[in-house]
Amino acid sequence: MRRTTELFLLARIQHNFAWSVSQDLYDSGILVGVPSKTIGLLFIWMIAVAQVFAAPAQSTQTPTTPAPPAQQSTVPVTPQTPTNPAQPGAEQPPPPQKSLVLVVLDPAHGGADTGARGLSGLAESELVLSYARLARISLEAQGMHVILTRQANEDPSFDDRSRIANAQRGGVFITLHVSSTGQPGTVRVYSQSQMALPQNSASAPRGSLLPWDRAQFKFIDQSRRLAELIQIQMAQRFHGSSEIPFEAPVRQLRTVGAPAVAIEISSVSVPNRAMLDQMGPGLADGIARAVVAFRTIYEAGGK
Amino acid sequence: MSKGLKTAIAALVALVVLGLLAVPGLRQAVERLRSTPKTDEQARREVMQEPISTPTDVNVRAQMYWLSSSSPSALEPTAIQLPLSANPVERSKQLLNALIARAPDPKVRTLPAEASLLAFYIQPDGTAIADFSDEIASTMPSGILSEQLAVQSIAQTLGANVSGIRQLKILVHGQEAETLAGHLDLYGFFPVTSAAAVTPAAAPAVQKQTSTPTPAPKKKSP
Repeated sequence: MRRTTELFLLARIQHNFAWSVSQDLYDSGILVGVPSKTIGLLFIWMIAVAQVFAAPAQSTQTPTTPAPPAQQSTVPVTPQTPTNPAQPGAEQPPPPQKSLVLVVLDPAHGGADTGARGLSGLAESELVLSYARLARISLEAQGMHVILTRQANEDPSFDDRSRIANAQRGGVFITLHVSSTGQPGTVRVYSQSQMALPQNSASAPRGSLLPWDRAQFKFIDQSRRLAELIQIQMAQRFHGSSEIPFEAPVRQLRTVGAPAVAIEISSVSVPNRAMLDQMGPGLADGIARAVVAFRTIYEAGGK
Repeated sequence: MSKGLKTAIAALVALVVLGLLAVPGLRQAVERLRSTPKTDEQARREVMQEPISTPTDVNVRAQMYWLSSSSPSALEPTAIQLPLSANPVERSKQLLNALIARAPDPKVRTLPAEASLLAFYIQPDGTAIADFSDEIASTMPSGILSEQLAVQSIAQTLGANVSGIRQLKILVHGQEAETLAGHLDLYGFFPVTSAAAVTPAAAPAVQKQTSTPTPAPKKKSP
């Protein structure tokens, strides 16, 4: 009702304006011999035509609503526009698409946090960075866009890493770890397990927004499927690895609003680094193949 | 040579022979002590920490969950004799102290020897809160697997021996911690499957069945 009134008033103003302008032109003597009423009607008609052509152009424009800043409390379920979070190590995001085009690779730890440390001085943070670089090459060869949560020896927080993934769309998140225990030479793939969390006002559902502290829970089924596909690849490549993936409450996964898994390679306790380095190419290839296989499930929106 | 002198020499010879026979045993004992050095924290605990005892303590075969000796990626129940209180809070403290201090072998340990239990509560809704010293985080072997096994060993040991506990919250030095040692999420509560309290009459035999960290349930393909 209010909108109709506004349009009516606008039409009246334009009509009066056109009539006034045409009267001025007539009075100026430029349009001598033309009836003033004809000139007025001509002006009104011209404005109306201009509005008709302008209307479709306006409707095709997306309202320029700025992307909400990444907050601790909520994650947009379907971000309207990709944002550049300007995180350390973050790269330019790909154009928004509905298909699976992006893999966010997270080399865990970094900086002062070396993660697991072997007796020979092996540091988890170094190993996972080298694995992430290899996986990136394999994934890009499959046409995927890849973002690393860190490029060098930095240590973004858990939330910073999640924020990089949550600011994108059409992606999956893979965090890479090397354990300090377990059978050397094997790989375990984890998806987030359901767990009871404390209730607080910040985690109450707000429309289409996901509570930040439990963003992963909406994607648990998809994450489990991705974990299954990667674990099968690992079992084929690394003898002794399980064929069935695992579930655990992994802190990094909980705040990621996308299909997400953790891969843990055993272990820094090996006598020399060569054994772990030799696992790199197989690990990278297995991840790439599993992600490509997961693409069909993801794009079908299935579980 | 008098008869007395001869007897004295014979006795001395016998003692020397006995001493020589005892040398290998002593050497082995020294080696054994050298191979399992006590940490400062263990030594401190032995001197300072009095074992918890209550008037209702009864010797029972408690079921403790340590790493499987055959498969270090899984837990295995082991029955040990423990004096346990009838009070659930005191009983839980006794169990967790034993879980830290009485692992039969360092290789099957799930919690670091340096860690200690600072406090333990059970809320009316069945939520148990276990508060450990900083060492549980700082000296824990880092990794999803090792951290998950540590928490599961606590939850399963409590579940097998204390009734009424529904879930477990872990604090580190009185505060909520983001992770145990960089991986496992301590934000939420860990489920505890409570079994009937172990009684002397119903003491279970040592079972050799193992439990691995939660494998994901197999899902049907779409």
